[in-house]
Amino acid sequence: MRPDSPDEALAVVRKPLAHDSARLHVKGAATYIDDIREPAGTLHVAPGLSPVARGRILSVDLSAVREAHGVVAVLSAADIPGKNDVAPAYGDDPLFAVDEVIFHGQVVFAVVAETRDAARRAARLAKIDVEAVEPAVDFDAAIARGVTVLPDYEFGRGDAAQAVRASPKRLSGRFEIGGQEHFYLEGQVALAIPGEAGDLLVHSSTQDPTEVQHVVARVLGCPDSHITVETRRMGGGFGGKESQANQTAALAALAARVTGRPCKLRLDRDDDFIITGKRHEFRADWSVGFDEKGVVSAYDVQLDARCGCSADLSTGVVDRAMFHAANSYYLQDVAIRSRRLRTDTVSNTAFRGFGGPQGMLAIERVMDAIAHETGRDPLDVRKANLYAPGRDLTPYGMKVEETDTLPALIDSLEATSDYRARRAAIAAHNEGHPVIRRGIALTPVQFGISFTLVHMNQAGALVHVYQDGSIHLNHGGTEMGQGLFIKVAQVVAEEFGVPIDWVRITPTNTAKVPNTSPTAASSGSDLNGMAARIAASAIRERMAQVAAQMWGLPVDGVTFREGRVFGGNESISFRDLARRARESRVQLSEAGFYKTPRLDWDRATKTGRPFLYFAYGAACSEVAVDTMTGEMRVTRVDILHDVGRSLNPAIDIGQIEGGFVQGMGWLTTEELVFDAKGRLRTHAPSTYKIPVASDVPDDFRVALFDNANREDTIYRSKAVGEPPLMLGISVFSAIVDALHGLAPGRQVPLDAPATPERILFAAEALRG
Amino acid sequence: MGEGMQNSRVAGRSAIRFRFRGREVELAAFAPRTTLLDWLRIDQGATGTKEGCAEGDCGACTIVLVRRRGGEVSFAPVNACILLLGQVDGAEIVTVEDLAEGTILHPVQEAMVEAHASQCGFCTPGIVMSLFALHESASVPPARDTIRDQLAGNLCRCTGYRPIVEAAERAGTRAGASPRWWGCDDAGGDLFVGRDEQFFAAPDSIETLAALLVKHPDATLVSGATDVGLWITKGLQDIRKIVWLGRVAGLDAVSDEDGSLKLGAGVTLADALPLLREIHPDLGEVMRRFGSVQVRASGTVGGNLANGSPIGDLAPCLIALGATLELRHGGVTRTLPLEDFFVAYRKQDRRAGEFVTSVTIPKLAASDQFRAYKVTKRLDEDISAVLAAFRFEVVDGRIGRARIAYGGMAGIPARARSAEGFILGARLEDEKSWRGGLTALALDFTPLDDQRASAAYRSLVARNLLKKALMEMRGAPALDLRIAAPRPLSQAASPS
Repeated sequence: MRPDSPDEALAVVRKPLAHDSARLHVKGAATYIDDIREPAGTLHVAPGLSPVARGRILSVDLSAVREAHGVVAVLSAADIPGKNDVAPAYGDDPLFAVDEVIFHGQVVFAVVAETRDAARRAARLAKIDVEAVEPAVDFDAAIARGVTVLPDYEFGRGDAAQAVRASPKRLSGRFEIGGQEHFYLEGQVALAIPGEAGDLLVHSSTQDPTEVQHVVARVLGCPDSHITVETRRMGGGFGGKESQANQTAALAALAARVTGRPCKLRLDRDDDFIITGKRHEFRADWSVGFDEKGVVSAYDVQLDARCGCSADLSTGVVDRAMFHAANSYYLQDVAIRSRRLRTDTVSNTAFRGFGGPQGMLAIERVMDAIAHETGRDPLDVRKANLYAPGRDLTPYGMKVEETDTLPALIDSLEATSDYRARRAAIAAHNEGHPVIRRGIALTPVQFGISFTLVHMNQAGALVHVYQDGSIHLNHGGTEMGQGLFIKVAQVVAEEFGVPIDWVRITPTNTAKVPNTSPTAASSGSDLNGMAARIAASAIRERMAQVAAQMWGLPVDGVTFREGRVFGGNESISFRDLARRARESRVQLSEAGFYKTPRLDWDRATKTGRPFLYFAYGAACSEVAVDTMTGEMRVTRVDILHDVGRSLNPAIDIGQIEGGFVQGMGWLTTEELVFDAKGRLRTHAPSTYKIPVASDVPDDFRVALFDNANREDTIYRSKAVGEPPLMLGISVFSAIVDALHGLAPGRQVPLDAPATPERILFAAEALRG
Repeated sequence: MGEGMQNSRVAGRSAIRFRFRGREVELAAFAPRTTLLDWLRIDQGATGTKEGCAEGDCGACTIVLVRRRGGEVSFAPVNACILLLGQVDGAEIVTVEDLAEGTILHPVQEAMVEAHASQCGFCTPGIVMSLFALHESASVPPARDTIRDQLAGNLCRCTGYRPIVEAAERAGTRAGASPRWWGCDDAGGDLFVGRDEQFFAAPDSIETLAALLVKHPDATLVSGATDVGLWITKGLQDIRKIVWLGRVAGLDAVSDEDGSLKLGAGVTLADALPLLREIHPDLGEVMRRFGSVQVRASGTVGGNLANGSPIGDLAPCLIALGATLELRHGGVTRTLPLEDFFVAYRKQDRRAGEFVTSVTIPKLAASDQFRAYKVTKRLDEDISAVLAAFRFEVVDGRIGRARIAYGGMAGIPARARSAEGFILGARLEDEKSWRGGLTALALDFTPLDDQRASAAYRSLVARNLLKKALMEMRGAPALDLRIAAPRPLSQAASPS
């Protein structure tokens, strides 16, 4: 490929173009899977759920289900031609429960009926008799039982426990971190359409069409090549449609295979909450050693994760929590230990940040604790501990090369947010106001970019130029609202020097680009943008040669811009050159392939480099807390975030704002409540509260930090999907700050999420 | 509002009549429990309107009902997922597909694109429709708080809302292409679709309603369907006999006399909001946070009270004010103090075939002090963990009569009679004299743990709210004790 043009020469990349579907969205004309016109004879599937969390299945009486109005088939494990397994890796997530149930709401059977209403009604007629066993629901029960879903893992440096003991000052504590429901607005859905000779087309709302293809083939006992999975768009994903789309797709596919008719499953919202996994709850038991200035000399943390009933993606999720347990801080002697606890609850899964936010929140909590103990400003403690030349080794041994970015970014935000003056004003306010207390916090984010499973860092793209000059773009990435498709289209339009609307964006499809990785780990643009550019560049080179030959010029003198191709004093329209190329028997199609360089992390030896680079950001949040009720309002937020050189600043700002608000929700109003019997009590928007418009402060200032990626990424941009979620930690810290003023010097006993109830009881404890 | 139907009596109708896609539609055969959303998406293949939750909490299914009444055109954004199809009788249904004319977008749609206000796009049709209702109703550019109120019932998981609020500001009062929604008139007459075993009925007079209920005491009464809708979509109840109260002439009457406000059972929560705010700003704030614009456009005063939910917000407020409820059975009416209507969890003093006709709310006297507080996990569009309302007569700084009511503290909304007794004679200036009342709350209530809050939290908050009310009545500035002051009159959302 050619080197990047200077920014001022770029015509499409770096422009704040609207989301490619924006006009369709606002007209209600964007097609989601449930909007696809159903083929004649389409049947509808509804799952039948376990009434208890754990126990041996004594009997499943489905006779009333079979006889119900409109029912065509009832499916259970006996109907599976292949393997009863929809797990991404470890073979421990059955499509249907057999012999035993392992969480409340586990799918035991499925009904296929003429209408969705008939299927749902019939599903409730089952008589499932389970010999119930007391479930292990919370951390203590899981630890007492001593069962994990995967082996324990740890890394570190030096003897952290000894170093903590030898430190001039020490603190220790326990901190619990709640989970989070994705609440993608479009629930899980799949439509399976049988073709000839065992072919099956599955429309799946998934971040990982390749995995859905592979899992459906596994369940049906056929080769992957018989299954095609297509995903035009999701109505939100956030990690919740990475492995969790498998079961819905497999149920629709199995129903189609058994009945020979098109079959659709769209989960009811409550079922979606109950059946699919969520962000992992964590418990951190930590101890830290530091000096009078708050500089950490040793950190020892046990990160226990509540994984639920199976392994799912918990290897990577908990590893990423460990990788981010230091956030942006140098920890000289350090031990990061983890346990992946099994509980009799739904299996927890990927969620924006993939464990990183939990590890990061724990160390930020510790930074506040150190500040309160030393009496220093929490921002000064944070700054004193940042990575710096010579203090640049992470707990997992990777050297942080870009140590200058975050200090500069924090200094800039400290100034633009007017942090110091506002802190003084808040202190003055709190003097005279015992009930309504205000607080402020400025917290940093340093997030590692790349899949930590090295082989997943690959992507493919397929680009065609047609004889009329129009361009077909396909790649393995999926669109869930994050703007991946427009970004990749911008890259391709730039390569060909054509307007953006000449590039036709097409649905992700396993028949076009195979063996892809999920659109996850914030890697979508980095991987697919590069693969698409490689494909487009190859076609461009061939077209340039046609032009060069035609004009008798050297090929490097041929340029593409404004829909035309130039060389010497000659020029030709892109369209005419495409036609000429075809007539010259030049291939106008290319499959691009990209793999991320410099990655060699070895989990077994705990050596190597898991990340290509880090994305940085910081947020300053101010809150007001009512210490008589625990109610809380966020009154101002300032954000400065590093996206490298942005491919599309409008899309990137959208990711930053949306990520921050989602992180704020995770740490404030979003509370998952499981009862003692392992039943999720918050399974709909009436009981599970994600932020609404009024939760976002009117004073919300977001800016991009100008900082070209030092790695050779697509147009020197940086990944943006996940990192901004962790900017929401500033809200939690600001609440801690507000409460700390009630009893300066004492530790604030506040777990996450900081609901009004937790805030009030923390205030009571501090006053008491 | 309150006019009722002035048409001369029209013979009964056996089909609902409404406008859709520019045409008049008559439907004489549909299952009574059919929701509007299922009719749109499944029967009509109109898939622009989305289902996000099927319980009226996410707003993805928001559509606008345009009604014409006495020359006035109203735009009511409602949740189609829990609205019964029969309830569109006499309205024009406007959905997201109706807004653009070819490639020319409605100003709200245009502004949504300009402001980068959609990401995954799934909530977008509902948001566009909520903002469309605001746009068509507003004569001045809406304030940001008004926009946020309008959006309280629309969840977006992607954007963080900032660009959506900006889009509403940009759209402002920007004129669109010529309006193509005219609304629809009610065709008048009693409506009865179906047969005796299975029907959707919508009588147009209180007499025919009373007679119908005597004949079918087992029929389900539906007002806004903001709760009954969930019995269908979530409970999968096969409700076969439905009597909708939305067309009963006079049931939405309002009268204001002798120091009392009388609200007909059919007055929507949206219409009640400004009337209750006139009684006290705290009541206005409770109502502003009650459900969402969509829920308040559909839900009614009578429905909220008759439903008997332990967490309904209206009941404790009105109990504290001393409201009385009027019910009717056949030709017989009776009244009772509102608190006596609630017997036990989900059990009310209402016999089969009887219906609520109105509630009468005594206004505050000069010597009365009133406070109401709604405490929730999330400020807007959330069901109360605790709702507390206090009406104290204060003479010379001493509490004379006291009425204290709570929601969320028991299986029913209830008065705190022990606390009322102990607070009598307390002096606002003397905090020690409050102690008896504060302590007595423990005698009044034994709240439960649930997903909204623990019993311990509810007890502590109940006590703190009484204390906070007394501190405010003593003269503490509201902003010293509240994180969000009641919204000034001019800024509150008031859909036309």
